[in-house]
Amino acid sequence: MSTEQPPGGEHEVEGLPLRDEGEAEQEAPPPRQRPPARRLTWQRLTVLPSFLVLLLLVTWLWFRQADLDTISRNALSGGQVSKALWQHVQLTVISTFFVLIIAIPLGILLTRGAMKKATPLAMTIANMGQATPAIGLLALLVIWLGTGTKAALIGIIVYAVLPVLANTIAGLKANDPTLLEAARGIGMSPLGVLTRVELPLAVPLILAGVRTALVLNVGTATLATFGGGGGLGVLITTGITTQRMPVLVLGALLTIALALLVDWLASLAEVMLRPRGLEAGA
Amino acid sequence: MAETTPSHGATIELENLTKLYPGNPQPAVDNVSMEIRAGETVIFVGPSGCGKSTTLKMINRLIEPTGGRIRIDGEDVTRIDPVRLRRKVGYAIQSSGLFPHMTVAQNIALVPKMVGWSKGRVRERVEEMLDLVGLDPGEFRDRYPRQLSGGQQQRVGVARALAADPPVLLMDEPFGAVDPITRDHLQDELIRLQRELHKTIVFVTHDFDEAIKLGDRIAVLREHSHIAQFDTPEAILTNPADDFVSGFVGAGAALKRLNLTRVRDVEMRDYPTVTVDTPLQQIFGLLRGSGTNEILLLDKRRRPYKWLRRGDLMRARGSLARAGTLVHDTVTRDATLRDALEAVLTDNAGRVAVTGRRGAYIGVVDMETLMNSVHELLEADRLEAMEAQAGLEEARSQQTHSEQEGHGGETKA
Repeated sequence: MSTEQPPGGEHEVEGLPLRDEGEAEQEAPPPRQRPPARRLTWQRLTVLPSFLVLLLLVTWLWFRQADLDTISRNALSGGQVSKALWQHVQLTVISTFFVLIIAIPLGILLTRGAMKKATPLAMTIANMGQATPAIGLLALLVIWLGTGTKAALIGIIVYAVLPVLANTIAGLKANDPTLLEAARGIGMSPLGVLTRVELPLAVPLILAGVRTALVLNVGTATLATFGGGGGLGVLITTGITTQRMPVLVLGALLTIALALLVDWLASLAEVMLRPRGLEAGA
Repeated sequence: MAETTPSHGATIELENLTKLYPGNPQPAVDNVSMEIRAGETVIFVGPSGCGKSTTLKMINRLIEPTGGRIRIDGEDVTRIDPVRLRRKVGYAIQSSGLFPHMTVAQNIALVPKMVGWSKGRVRERVEEMLDLVGLDPGEFRDRYPRQLSGGQQQRVGVARALAADPPVLLMDEPFGAVDPITRDHLQDELIRLQRELHKTIVFVTHDFDEAIKLGDRIAVLREHSHIAQFDTPEAILTNPADDFVSGFVGAGAALKRLNLTRVRDVEMRDYPTVTVDTPLQQIFGLLRGSGTNEILLLDKRRRPYKWLRRGDLMRARGSLARAGTLVHDTVTRDATLRDALEAVLTDNAGRVAVTGRRGAYIGVVDMETLMNSVHELLEADRLEAMEAQAGLEEARSQQTHSEQEGHGGETKA
């Protein structure tokens, strides 16, 4: 066989410097590298917290001058408000934790090989969990497990699994198959492909699901009171049954403030945890 | 580069490789056998859907073969752990396959890290690889793939494939998604790399011109990955095995043949030259004395500057600055004959100056020299092909003969 190398020359145009072999040639101008954009703008950091502070301040000022009767005073005294708030936060955090450790691994499992066939079934069940009215679900759980935090927690979890599960599956499925093949092709193990390519690329979608679940959980946790699980729902129901507006309003406002705060924190997490290379401005 | 001797290519043997997909009675790849020599660039070329990509992916077992064997460097890799196999085989794909959430450096470092190189060595290797593919490490290391142009991404893709210094490199239409000019540059770059590295490269493309440019040998594949012809580019161009191959080679095989020869390999004419420092008297003397009516004026660094005809100097009243026509186009010694032909055709006087180091003048090619060289080339190719065919027939008749004699028991291919 002739060992002649296929030539790689080209003719030169006048005025261009002649290219020595091995010299890098000019190419289409690369996109200019910008300094990495700040992920957290000051608007994102300040607008919502200041709104919340304002909201709570107005509420507090109103309560200072409000003329409360004994029933209202009883309902709000003795650290009951802070206790309800604390319970509510606990319910939200614990339920979200369980939602994550159930839904994300389940989502991963349902996108692996043989388990793919079970995806429609799992999604149907998760859909049923969310379609069932939360309060009905809670009632059934209370009948089954008795009153207490446990029944309330399970109810909240069942209700919030769907968004995280759906987004995990969607995020993993949205990954470019040629990219995954490239990952296998360069010698990554199946676990390596999952942890180093699939999950990082699915992070934005998974986090969006988590954010939805968190906000849902703050809302559903108000229903915990019907199962004896405490939380800010206690203030609301007390306000309704005793027909005391201030109690009801305080419970509702605190729930709203908490939901907004949680959503804000989750949005920060979303921004911070998104892989740098995936940013639109990158 | 100093501490590790780069591994050179390994042989690849495919033996009756077959791929059947469930529910399809027709095999996607049917009984392919092929030997690829160490350090050789082999191109699989064929129409889309002919199974060339499938065949390639079976070499690193991204697609598990249904039957047959693969040997790399003599080792049967059909049964070994595919992950281990793939770490020894570089893999580059179309549109680079870079991971968008990792920086350029992280992408390149993936395989070396997986095979357990130390941190320092990995870092050094990343720099070395970026240098190798012509990207400045300082500028590109910490960029994300999105911040690169298509051609740069493809370079990084090649760097990643070569990072752990595998003896074998598989490339699946790697330059399919970039614009023609960038593709041309990347091809040149790959040729340069291969001249340095001597890997065994298996390269899939549907572009026959790309195959001619890059391949030491080309396997033209038809449906089910049947090998229609497996030979050097010259042989395929001048002596296509059948209608399928000649159809695929397409019209203008002789023109394509020009891509395979460089200007340095053909005869050049020596033109009378003068430099800008030559006294006018001497130039006049030369124009009057020499047979041609044209001389080439070189600048101070001996680069072609102007063509001077007999009357030019008179008309310009003896001023070199105003006389003659500027040299528009030159070709280097490394240019292909096709480039040279193009330059000659566009030149209004049908000649072009050839330059060497730093653009210094070497000689001139014109229509006549080109025609002569092309005729010689084609004639030589034809002779070679005929000889090869004669040799093949002889071998065949000998084989038949020995089989008829009855002691050809072990002459099994």
